[in-house]
Amino acid sequence: MRFLEKVGLGRTRSARDAKERLQLVLIHDRAGLSPGKLEALKDDLIHVISRHIEIDTDAVEITLTRERDSQRLVAQIPLAPMRRRRQPVR
Amino acid sequence: MNGQVVTITSGKGGVGKTTATANLGVAFASQDQRVVCLDADIGLRNLDVVMGLENRIVYDFVDVVEGRCKLRQAMIRDKRLDNLFLIPAAQTRDKTAVSPQDMVRLTDDLRADFDWILVDSPAGIERGFRNAIAPADIVLIITNPEISAVRDADRIIGLIEAEEKGPGKLVINRVKPEMVRRGDMLGTEDILDVLAIELVGIVPEDESVTVATNQGVPVAMNASSKAGKAFHNIARRLNGEEVPFESLGGQDGFFGKLTRLIRAGGEG
Repeated sequence: MRFLEKVGLGRTRSARDAKERLQLVLIHDRAGLSPGKLEALKDDLIHVISRHIEIDTDAVEITLTRERDSQRLVAQIPLAPMRRRRQPVR
Repeated sequence: MNGQVVTITSGKGGVGKTTATANLGVAFASQDQRVVCLDADIGLRNLDVVMGLENRIVYDFVDVVEGRCKLRQAMIRDKRLDNLFLIPAAQTRDKTAVSPQDMVRLTDDLRADFDWILVDSPAGIERGFRNAIAPADIVLIITNPEISAVRDADRIIGLIEAEEKGPGKLVINRVKPEMVRRGDMLGTEDILDVLAIELVGIVPEDESVTVATNQGVPVAMNASSKAGKAFHNIARRLNGEEVPFESLGGQDGFFGKLTRLIRAGGEG
């Protein structure tokens, strides 16, 4: 272990953790959207979308992401597994 | 003269606002600029002790605001540097004794006599902070390479932009180059990447700051200290000079890599 630390493999490199945590917390700070509010938004979104289409509610994911100067709300909304429906031919 | 008002702020407490104010005052004054440091931290007066002028206070800033004395009477001249003055904060009052309009009015009076008016802001984002930024031409944001300090700096940047005082200029204080090099402290690039504002200074952690503060002699009066030099460089940059940045936070520079290699080999 001490050898690994010396060649730089077993180091903590906590600055990287700090930067990642900082970026995440700032995304929420800047948008004024706490993780709790984001969860509430997700529930509302599931409710609205479910009125129109069947979705896999457990797999819905909503995240705030950052790209250079802009921030983006990204929703992953998988549909519920679907059986092919037989379309009646008229 | 048509002095500029520089407000030194940070959001988070304890990152070095008062130390920075005192040392920038010393740096400007030793570069032949007339400078007055104004302690806007009403009720928690400290700039006086950091500058070593605590025994000479007769009147304070609130006395001026409330008309008990003239502005000139509250100014303490630093006997070590002819061009350096302090206007101390009141110790027995609170922030509500001063309004943003008072700050603008009084600093406007000072502009005629000084090149620089340095306003030491209190921590926080309440009334005292709003008072301190009201007259600012330049807002200097002090941060440390720590998550909490950088997060608060980001909040401050947002607030000063909302007041149209932005975007502000950044000073990263108390950097430990060795920790940055081994990846255990946020480096200059990391912080700039996140905050995206202009950098005007990097000040290394330096024990001589503590010694200087103990003695009431700002570290910038000592030409050989690293931190003192860094403050002199900030003053020169604010004055429009192009001064290259000290290469102490370089994470991936050639020199950093070389040091790492030598260290890894040498200690094995």
